[in-house]
Amino acid sequence: VTYLLDGNAIAGDLFAAFGREMTDVVGKCGNCGTASAVAELCVYPRAPGAVARCPTCDVVVMVVVTIGGGCHVHLPALELQEPA
Amino acid sequence: MARAALPGRLNWQLGRVVDTIQETHRAKSLVLDLPNWPGHRAGQHVDIRLTSDDGYQAQRGYSIASAPEDDGVTLTVDRLEGGEVSPYLTDVVEPGDEIEVRGPIGGYFVWDALLSGPLLLVSGGSGIVPMRAMLRHWAAARPPVKVRLLHSARSLDDVIYRDEVMRLAAFDEADVRIALTRVWPEGWRGHRGRIDREFLLDASWAPKDEPRIYVCGPTGFVEAAAAALVENGQRPETIKTERFGPTGG
Repeated sequence: VTYLLDGNAIAGDLFAAFGREMTDVVGKCGNCGTASAVAELCVYPRAPGAVARCPTCDVVVMVVVTIGGGCHVHLPALELQEPA
Repeated sequence: MARAALPGRLNWQLGRVVDTIQETHRAKSLVLDLPNWPGHRAGQHVDIRLTSDDGYQAQRGYSIASAPEDDGVTLTVDRLEGGEVSPYLTDVVEPGDEIEVRGPIGGYFVWDALLSGPLLLVSGGSGIVPMRAMLRHWAAARPPVKVRLLHSARSLDDVIYRDEVMRLAAFDEADVRIALTRVWPEGWRGHRGRIDREFLLDASWAPKDEPRIYVCGPTGFVEAAAAALVENGQRPETIKTERFGPTGG
């Protein structure tokens, strides 16, 4: 079973990785152009890492993996903007 | 006096459990003393990390149930059957124990008493936890905005903080409406069944009143409620959502 949550569920790991609160930061999807707060992304937390998808087009925009106490974030299709 | 956290850092710290409160048969509150707590905003959460003897670690997020004005930081944990973390927190942890915590976390699903507009809180099950922080913040700050809680639970006995939210309903500016989905007491005059579009239409302020809307609960509940609110004419940008779910319990 795959559970769907949202960006709030990975807020702690993102804070640890970016050094600041990220849920209210807006990201623009590289595929469809939708601008969403990170909190609004569709997050599947149970993959080998957490996978975040665009709420509009479902493309994978972010992958968060924690290994050996370090948190690694990949942004295959997300352009982060400054908080509003 | 609490020391301020280093900016840009989110550190794990040990919190001492100073009290536990059995809220319902499944939900238990833990009151923590956190010496390096920088203060929090209503709606934020913390991460909790448990480490077993062999070094295996499990981490979960829990919403903060206490207001910024309250002493200590209260978390309410819903016990998920077969979960890795929640049964330990609800069944094993007792006052005097220490647990690893990092936070506060979250800048999106937060409410501050300085914000304008009536406050509409829509929660299902343990989604009431961050709403309780907002309600207590509202009651402590008493801003000139009205507040309304629409909450859905299986039965009256499953309503977390039941007595507290019912007392809040005594204020002129506050309103609490409970929907019971499975079991209702004899003579129950509240809503029977899920929070649906008609219930939301009846219980929400009109879009022209510019309510600030927060929706929290299991994923299916949040998506249904948010979609119904939009169908009822509420502007999507006024609706903030937070989905709860088993990331392993």
